[in-house]
Amino acid sequence: MTFLNRKDIAAIAILAVLLLAVLPLCLDPFRLNLVGKYLTYGFVALGLVLCWGDAGILSLGQGIFFGLGGYCMAMYLKLEASSPEATKIQSTPGIPDFMDWNQITSLPLFWRPFHSLAFTIVAVPLVPVLLALIIGLAMFKRRVGGTYFAIITQAVAAILTILIIGQQGYTGGVNGITDLRTLNGWDIRPDHAKIVLYFINGGLLIVCVLLAQFVRRSKLGRILVAMRDKEDRVRFSGYDVANFKIFVFCLAAGLAAIGGAMFTLQVGFMSPSFVGIVPSIEMVIFCAVGGRTSIFGAIYGALTVNWARTTFSEGLPQLWLFAMGSLFILVVVVFPDGLAGIYRRYLDPLVDRMLPPVRRRIPVAAVAETPQVSPTFAE
Amino acid sequence: MLMGYSLGDIGSIMAMQGFAGLSLFSVFLLMALGLAIIFGQMGVINMAHGEFMILGAYVTYMTSQVFTTYLPSLFAIYFFVAVVLAFCVAGALGMLVEWALIRHLYRRPLDTLLATWGLSLILQQVYRSVFGAREVGVDQPEWMMGAASMTDTIQIPINGLIVMALTAVISVFVFLLIYWMGWGKRVRAVMSNRAMAGAVGIDTEFVDRVTFGIGCGIAGVAGSAFTMIGSTSPTAGQLYIVDTFLVVVFGGAQSLLGTIASAFTISQARSTMEFFLSGSMAQVIVLLTVVGILMLRPQGLFVLKVRR
Repeated sequence: MTFLNRKDIAAIAILAVLLLAVLPLCLDPFRLNLVGKYLTYGFVALGLVLCWGDAGILSLGQGIFFGLGGYCMAMYLKLEASSPEATKIQSTPGIPDFMDWNQITSLPLFWRPFHSLAFTIVAVPLVPVLLALIIGLAMFKRRVGGTYFAIITQAVAAILTILIIGQQGYTGGVNGITDLRTLNGWDIRPDHAKIVLYFINGGLLIVCVLLAQFVRRSKLGRILVAMRDKEDRVRFSGYDVANFKIFVFCLAAGLAAIGGAMFTLQVGFMSPSFVGIVPSIEMVIFCAVGGRTSIFGAIYGALTVNWARTTFSEGLPQLWLFAMGSLFILVVVVFPDGLAGIYRRYLDPLVDRMLPPVRRRIPVAAVAETPQVSPTFAE
Repeated sequence: MLMGYSLGDIGSIMAMQGFAGLSLFSVFLLMALGLAIIFGQMGVINMAHGEFMILGAYVTYMTSQVFTTYLPSLFAIYFFVAVVLAFCVAGALGMLVEWALIRHLYRRPLDTLLATWGLSLILQQVYRSVFGAREVGVDQPEWMMGAASMTDTIQIPINGLIVMALTAVISVFVFLLIYWMGWGKRVRAVMSNRAMAGAVGIDTEFVDRVTFGIGCGIAGVAGSAFTMIGSTSPTAGQLYIVDTFLVVVFGGAQSLLGTIASAFTISQARSTMEFFLSGSMAQVIVLLTVVGILMLRPQGLFVLKVRR
């Protein structure tokens, strides 16, 4: 575990204890399911930390990948829920109900492979990553970046939403794919199934955190940060900047897709309202509130903002947009590094003082390879 | 594709859809001109631009209400008063926003996107609290409701003509502002090197504030025009913001001529195809084409040689 220093291990342990022990013990199944839903946005935020915080590529299209991952999973679940026996009242049994309502008489070709669970599990990350690869190749190879990239990804999100809503017969339209029942014969609707799914989700998130931290602490992670701060200098040093950008964009897409699939499983439906521009920007906001340069900050950010949203919309729905809007402005103008920035400024020095000093067992030559400070301080 | 229409019918359909497209074009262009100033010249990503447009639409709505109640005799000309008011109100709000928010963020263009998105949420909620969540439409004076018959089969609505004329006036105004008067030069100087522009005697803060205000004011005028083709609701602005950004980027962000050309292409393509396909598919095809072209030609249709 050379890519983790003591503080990382502590932070991961705290996160794991919180997610896998404290929250399940304190919350009833309904609330726990809600937390599980928020955590699926944690995956997206994690990807955004790598893509936006580290590499400086702001993608306003994470909803695309979240949605595609979710839709892949939903298609599998929907096919399982619409077996010929379950749908025999339809005019064409064996196809999803919304297709029947839209006078489609046979299963469209792109739905067919989703009969297989193995294919679905592969497709969940692969389809979004392929799309990200295409977008990334087209954009980064031509040195399009910054605001242009943000706007194009946003346009792609808009296109996908309009397409899903417009092609009702193939996608379920604005209602999305609903009434999902079983995963390979296992009912996902009762409370105990939701709890199991919550733990799978939490475990996956921890694995993804480890993966993200591994990428950030590797040489690649440092090149990403260098690229953000002085792109030309990295290019002149002989690195192919575009490939690094494509890689990190695809990685972020894959992470978002896993989140989307877990979202479908836990919430029990998928609809275009999680794909478009508004959810995509909200995902960026979760990441910004938590701290765009901190993995843990981003996850806590996703949890906090979503929790606040649920609380507000239960109590004072008309105040929610005011609160959310002011929060964005406040975070951007006053705390550009979000919660993590506040932590770093005020709490981190205290933690440093409390920890016993590190004994250097590392030979001098290797010191350069192990950054003691996270690369994000390099501003 | 002919679907049983005769060739003459197709001609008339094309002309009328084309003209319907021109109304859409006017709104797009007015939105895009404001954004071309704010985004193309100043580099600020204003996600609240749609909400400034809706502000203009609500101002128009209120003006029409006031005229109906207090000045029914002058109702025929309320639209022109509303346009001026919309420009002033949206412009004033724009200047306020620039002072309170944007000026802290000129060094971080991507962050303006997030901050203005927050602003757009707040504005939407304000509209919802003040005007209600339901759509409102304005009453148009009788002389604007009619249609001019060009031939037996082609009819052109008069309010469309007025909106077109308005758009033309604003476009000329923006052109003069950016290319003929010193103003555009000053804006570009401030954007390319703030400290140096200040050193040669340009009041950079004033330039920023007024430019942002003008951009938002034009969005307000777009709102006035918008009331002629659609009904106003608190979230209507959000539907247009992505299209508008695409129009600006597609045309080449620094080029006003490109903005006009791309607004024309996009709105015409959409309007013409909407007749034959469903509205959503027309939109998808147009957006996909634009994104595809932008991937092949990221700098947009028209390129100005500008120092970055």
